[in-house]
Amino acid sequence: MRFRHEFIEKNAILLLVLTLLTVSIGGIVEIAPLFTIETTIEKVKGVRPYSPLELEGRDIYIREGCYVCHSQMIRSLRDEVERYGHYSIAAESMYDHPFQWGSKRIGPDLARVGGKYSNDWHYQHLTNAQSVVPESLMPHYAFLQKARVRTNLTVLKMKALRTVGVPYTDDDLKNAVADEYAQADPNATTTDLLKRYPKANMVPGDGRGPTEMDALVSYLQVLGTMVNFADTSEEQLQQ
Amino acid sequence: MTNAVTARATPAPRYNEAVVRKFIIATIFWSVVAFALGCYIAAELCWPALNLDQAWLNFGRLRPVHTSAAIFAFGGSALMGSSLFVVQRTCRARLWGGEALANFVFWGYQFFIVMAALSYVLGYSQGKEYAEPEWHLDLWLTLVWVCYLLIFVGTLLKREEPHIYVANWFYLAFIVTIAMLHVVNNAAVPASFFMAKSYSVYAGVQDALIQWWYGHNAVGFFLTAGFLGMVYYFIPKAANRPVYSYRLSIIHFWSLIFMYIWAGPHHLHYTALPDWAQTLGMAFSIMLWMPSWGGMINGMMTLSGAWDKLRTDPGLRFSVTAVGFYGMATFEGPVMSVRQVNSLSHYTDWGIGHVHSGTLGWVSFITFGMLYYIVPVLWKQRDVYSKKLVAWHFWIGTLGIVFYITSMWVSGITQGLMWRAYDKQGFLQYSFVESVVAVHPFEVVRLIGGLMFLAGALIMVYNLVQTMRGATEKTSAAFAAQAAE
Repeated sequence: MRFRHEFIEKNAILLLVLTLLTVSIGGIVEIAPLFTIETTIEKVKGVRPYSPLELEGRDIYIREGCYVCHSQMIRSLRDEVERYGHYSIAAESMYDHPFQWGSKRIGPDLARVGGKYSNDWHYQHLTNAQSVVPESLMPHYAFLQKARVRTNLTVLKMKALRTVGVPYTDDDLKNAVADEYAQADPNATTTDLLKRYPKANMVPGDGRGPTEMDALVSYLQVLGTMVNFADTSEEQLQQ
Repeated sequence: MTNAVTARATPAPRYNEAVVRKFIIATIFWSVVAFALGCYIAAELCWPALNLDQAWLNFGRLRPVHTSAAIFAFGGSALMGSSLFVVQRTCRARLWGGEALANFVFWGYQFFIVMAALSYVLGYSQGKEYAEPEWHLDLWLTLVWVCYLLIFVGTLLKREEPHIYVANWFYLAFIVTIAMLHVVNNAAVPASFFMAKSYSVYAGVQDALIQWWYGHNAVGFFLTAGFLGMVYYFIPKAANRPVYSYRLSIIHFWSLIFMYIWAGPHHLHYTALPDWAQTLGMAFSIMLWMPSWGGMINGMMTLSGAWDKLRTDPGLRFSVTAVGFYGMATFEGPVMSVRQVNSLSHYTDWGIGHVHSGTLGWVSFITFGMLYYIVPVLWKQRDVYSKKLVAWHFWIGTLGIVFYITSMWVSGITQGLMWRAYDKQGFLQYSFVESVVAVHPFEVVRLIGGLMFLAGALIMVYNLVQTMRGATEKTSAAFAAQAAE
């Protein structure tokens, strides 16, 4: 029997089903293997879930739409590696729900901004970017210093993240608020915090609970610092 | 196919045109909002003081309002309105589901848009481009969208025409695929039932590919397949000619919807996405050139034998120019998807220019062509209020696009070259901020282009409102004339 397209054109449900099948194939072939091929996410040491304060900072980063101007994805190109540091690897964003790789650089890439500038520089730059970089196009985020992080909600967020696969332990959840305060309090003891979240960057809060700016700076300061590339071999980075 | 004159003579009550009229008014309204917001944020990139130190006016919060207003409010209303118009006429059947359901889809969708825009400026966002609304709004949109699908398919099922007309294939593919993309990409776990805060089920590299599978097919199905539905109805109607090739329509349809889905990874060249996926995405993006141009040729050649109408019908001029821009953007796209080109163009203004040659030249122009045709039909007028103003709109708009695209090409290539430039000693030649300073003049030219496009749209609003208002007088005159006969 000769195939006639007419048959499909006269049957709305068939047209619907065939369309849905046709548009499903590409996605399945491209996306499913990313979950099954083990080398997709490199086996490297150092990547950990965000500390409670960093997590709140990241949520502010998302809320303010920082990703529309800043990428967090250093491509494996010579100039990018020289400008920003080691190219980004998949493992570094394995706990990022959602990813924040971005698509446009109105400002520079931030994938390895952590540790490049001092805390003070970040506070000043977020408050008034033009006061440190006169040509900058960045809006002013002084208002972040006036708002306190709602620390009572952080544990809910950590629980939701645990549901989607971020390995927060019961211990992490129990100490969430304490850790959050400690990371933004120069007088706090931070031994436990650093045990749970190595390399966490202490920010100079006033000890009366972190501000949104404290949270954001703590997040920016950890970006790209978790993996020690000096200790990582080429083979480990192969996908 | 019946020609325009007899279609207008068909007694109105057969079709649900009330809901179409609502969507058309929404389209016109949102066009101005989307374009004006675009101009404002473009100005913020020229003079950052315009952020005015207000959190809610900051570029980061307003940019999603602009993209959502353009894509979902303006584009979405145009697609929903025109599809409900086309499906009724080509099926010779009134909308399935009754007036209440159609009205629910209209008001439900507009509610979604307003709530989404408010949520961005108030600081609620999922942080995924073009999918910023939080989980409760996503659920609401899913409900509205399913109702829309039911109306559309229901109407197809009760049609009185034996064949489903080609425009409806494209509208159907748009509705179904967007549903699939929306549901998969927005899968998230809320922090609490009472919080507008959720976390994507996917993370990192998987999330990136799912996002761009969604993002690129928002282009492929929302901004392309749906609007191709418009091409296949409104160009033949306005030109009063049949579609150029039935066979090409079939090939074009199936190959386009099959290939588009694969193209997402070209947004992730040289990133942490595995190479095999990047290569696959690039290969399909290049192949996609062919079905895209198949569609362009089919749209263009429909005018064969009726090219003279471009002189007399400025509305049709919009539609045909739109198809031209479609051809241009779908050539530029495959070029930019080539890894080596992408290494220069990605992250720069070139991408912004490319998107806008698509959204201004293709999506907006095909919509303007549709509006100039549909408003007189829906408001029972012989023609638009002023063809001269349509011509003004056309030329100001086209010139605005030229300013926009060329400035972004120059700006994007400048950025790309400056970022990779080395001096004689082998050091990077420019700091990042030097590239920001260098492109300032082009940002201003882009703003001028945007303002011209907005000015054209305002002329259209005046023209269409006059057309609608003329309705009462002229309709009663027409009735009187009919009665006299």
